[in-house]
Amino acid sequence: MALLNMIEIDVSSKTYHRDDDRSELVVLRNIRFSVEPGQFCCIVGPSGCGKTSLLNMISGIDEDFSGSVVIDGGAPSAGPPPGYMFQSSRLLPWLRVRENVELVTEATDARARVAGLLNEIGLEDFVDAYPGQLSGGMRRRVALARAIVNEPSLLLLDEPFLSLDTPVANRLRRLLIDVCARRSSTVLFVTHDLREALYLADRLLFISSRPGEIVLDQLVDIPRPRIPEGEDIELLRLELLRKNPQLLSGLLETDENDYQK
Amino acid sequence: MNLNLRKGSNPRLRIASLVLFIAIWQLAAIVVERQLLPGPQQVFFSIVDHLGQGELIFHLSTTLARVVVSFICAMALGVALGIVMGRNRNWDAALDGMLVLALNLPALVTIILCYLWFGLGEFAAILAVAINKFPVVVVNMREGARAVDQDLLQVAKAFRLDWRKRWFRVYLPQLYPYLLASARSGLALVWKIVLVVELLGRSNGVGFQLGIYFQFFDITSILAYSFAFIAVVMAIEYLLITPLDRRLMRWRS
Repeated sequence: MALLNMIEIDVSSKTYHRDDDRSELVVLRNIRFSVEPGQFCCIVGPSGCGKTSLLNMISGIDEDFSGSVVIDGGAPSAGPPPGYMFQSSRLLPWLRVRENVELVTEATDARARVAGLLNEIGLEDFVDAYPGQLSGGMRRRVALARAIVNEPSLLLLDEPFLSLDTPVANRLRRLLIDVCARRSSTVLFVTHDLREALYLADRLLFISSRPGEIVLDQLVDIPRPRIPEGEDIELLRLELLRKNPQLLSGLLETDENDYQK
Repeated sequence: MNLNLRKGSNPRLRIASLVLFIAIWQLAAIVVERQLLPGPQQVFFSIVDHLGQGELIFHLSTTLARVVVSFICAMALGVALGIVMGRNRNWDAALDGMLVLALNLPALVTIILCYLWFGLGEFAAILAVAINKFPVVVVNMREGARAVDQDLLQVAKAFRLDWRKRWFRVYLPQLYPYLLASARSGLALVWKIVLVVELLGRSNGVGFQLGIYFQFFDITSILAYSFAFIAVVMAIEYLLITPLDRRLMRWRS
């Protein structure tokens, strides 16, 4: 099977206009990179640096920017739907957990597939619950299920495991790695947790604080399967921070902020 | 009209207040001259009497048919226009002035004008009622369309949901509370206007009958017809709108 989803991004700027049209906010500037099909690419950067905007552009939701995003030679909205997990869970509150996931799939075995997936992420007892009856962490898991149910060839994940406890997060990370390996999915994974990024990624892209620009493009050659919190991950992390002290200012500050939450 | 049958509302209190109301009515009927205020008993027997003659059912159903048709017309038109105006600023700007005009147009004026322009017929009657109701629906639905959660629409866009799913599973459910509110207030408003329309220009229906009893000074029959129709409207609310509300809003409980 031919690998799909070669992504070429060439964005000269992404600007948000306030309602009064007088003030504007440039969140991204001169972002140029391409992602190989099947690559697991983590985008790391401080809050507000435009990571989410970038995913919105790649998903085809946001077409209001100067520059271009090309997937397999066409516009993002022309290709097959990506699996997108937004930063907030964005479930439809009037649909049950099962229905929320089934909504996005046209598979003939949708029902069985969704049931299996919910089982895998530990929500088998909440299949018929409404999102309002779930905890925040459970809602995020449903959102993850919705993103991966079609085993899409392109996955966009916006800090999917934020605020989940470590064992759950690690289980979901393994699940994600499995799904991606099975389908050779191309993944763009936004995080500001450098350890998580090193555990998951083939490649790291560091984006500076606003207006976001790429400050470092780093391949991660730690052999798989990797161990979360493993020694090789920690070593690479320290080396990266030593060689690129400019990362410290943006990254570690946000890391600490997270821990305070 | 809202029956307010929420969970936890005390049914005993509900019945007690009803009994109290009937008792006060009875007392007042004893004090006041009998012709001016017939007691609850008399009104009840009058309803039975009119039912027995068959004419009450005929006029009730005639009025109800007018209510249903004009309600559906007003809702369909109001919902469509409200959504368009809520979604599109240009349409909103263009039509807002007209909307304010329509909202402030007295019901009586529309009724008279419709009868003058289209003759004393069924079409004019229905049109007059619908014109009175529909601006209120527009305002309500416009509010709903403005409050639609863009984040959820983005989900639909990202996953490339087809228009059917986009509309029925993502967009419309966000408008259900507004739809139900419109339906409730609409039902209450429409039947009251229908009676006026019937009084002024039709030769059947509850409004027409009330006109006749007015001329004969027959307060008992006036009350009998009023209560009979209130019962019908309450039945619609209780048997149709409340269950619909429960079903559509069950995710909130």
